[in-house]
Amino acid sequence: MLNGIIGKKLGMTRIFDEDGRAVAVTVIEAGPCFVVQKKTSGADGYEAVQVGFARKPLAKCNRPMKGHLEKHGSKSGFALIREFKVDDAGAWEPGQEISVEQFEIGDRLMMTGTSKGKGFAGTVKRWGFRIGPMSHGSMSHRAPGSIGASAYPSRVIKGKKLPGHLGNARVTVKNIEVIDVRPEDNLLVVKGPVPGPRNGFLLIKKIG
Amino acid sequence: MERLTQLSREQMRADLPDFRPGDTVEVHVRIVEGDKERIQVFKGVVIRKRGGLTGATFTVRKVSYGVGVERIFPLHSPNIEQVKILFRGKVRQGRLYYLRQRYGKAARIREKRRQTA
Repeated sequence: MLNGIIGKKLGMTRIFDEDGRAVAVTVIEAGPCFVVQKKTSGADGYEAVQVGFARKPLAKCNRPMKGHLEKHGSKSGFALIREFKVDDAGAWEPGQEISVEQFEIGDRLMMTGTSKGKGFAGTVKRWGFRIGPMSHGSMSHRAPGSIGASAYPSRVIKGKKLPGHLGNARVTVKNIEVIDVRPEDNLLVVKGPVPGPRNGFLLIKKIG
Repeated sequence: MERLTQLSREQMRADLPDFRPGDTVEVHVRIVEGDKERIQVFKGVVIRKRGGLTGATFTVRKVSYGVGVERIFPLHSPNIEQVKILFRGKVRQGRLYYLRQRYGKAARIREKRRQTA
């Protein structure tokens, strides 16, 4: 068992659970993934399997990718290739399929994706700073306020929360509950939001 | 995206009658108290219907002991036992918020004579 898979976020909707409560869910197209390469402690120093997701023709892959895939006997190319750590890579064969069937309703997952880019954001959006009064003559609405003392230390302390680029970064969310698994459509339905835009890739791992 | 709407569609109910804003309805809601289950009836005028696949809702307004009460129901909730249409109203707006400012005779709705749906 790999305890992981690569997926693509399809979007969010809401469904009703058995008690009739509405639950916000994210629908993910997870797999099918195919083993590309085994990494063994003998040859590579660690045990892992390299897995490809979203098949595409080999001719559409760039040359380094095509060379790598052909070397390991893959007949198709992939849009995304990632590694998953395993205890014994010898148990896997290149070309072996990995599907969503490994997950069950109630499983807890960990998902890694690239968050939506928010551009250059101020301290209120980026760090959750409180805003100033909007009226009564106040001119400090969304300004960060003081960013340090004066003569001593005469500089801004490193790591000070300031405006800057927000989003478009690797984000991992843990403890995501599986609500439904549909192996026939390769669909995974999980509770709540996951990082990234629709059609964004997700690295999915099982916790515990 | 189609697969997402398809998945939502499975959750949606087709068994409810086609009611519209202006209609007077009786909503039978299943309520679970501890391990007991009972049906509560909420009767009033539908003042709004909102789409959105499984997230669709409708609002029912009634005047209870002189106090206006509005309740928003998820249209596709399995807790809705049934929706009974008591009266089809003829209204010219989709959202009947103007009823909030009116009471008594002014809040009447004319009956729809001809079935258009």
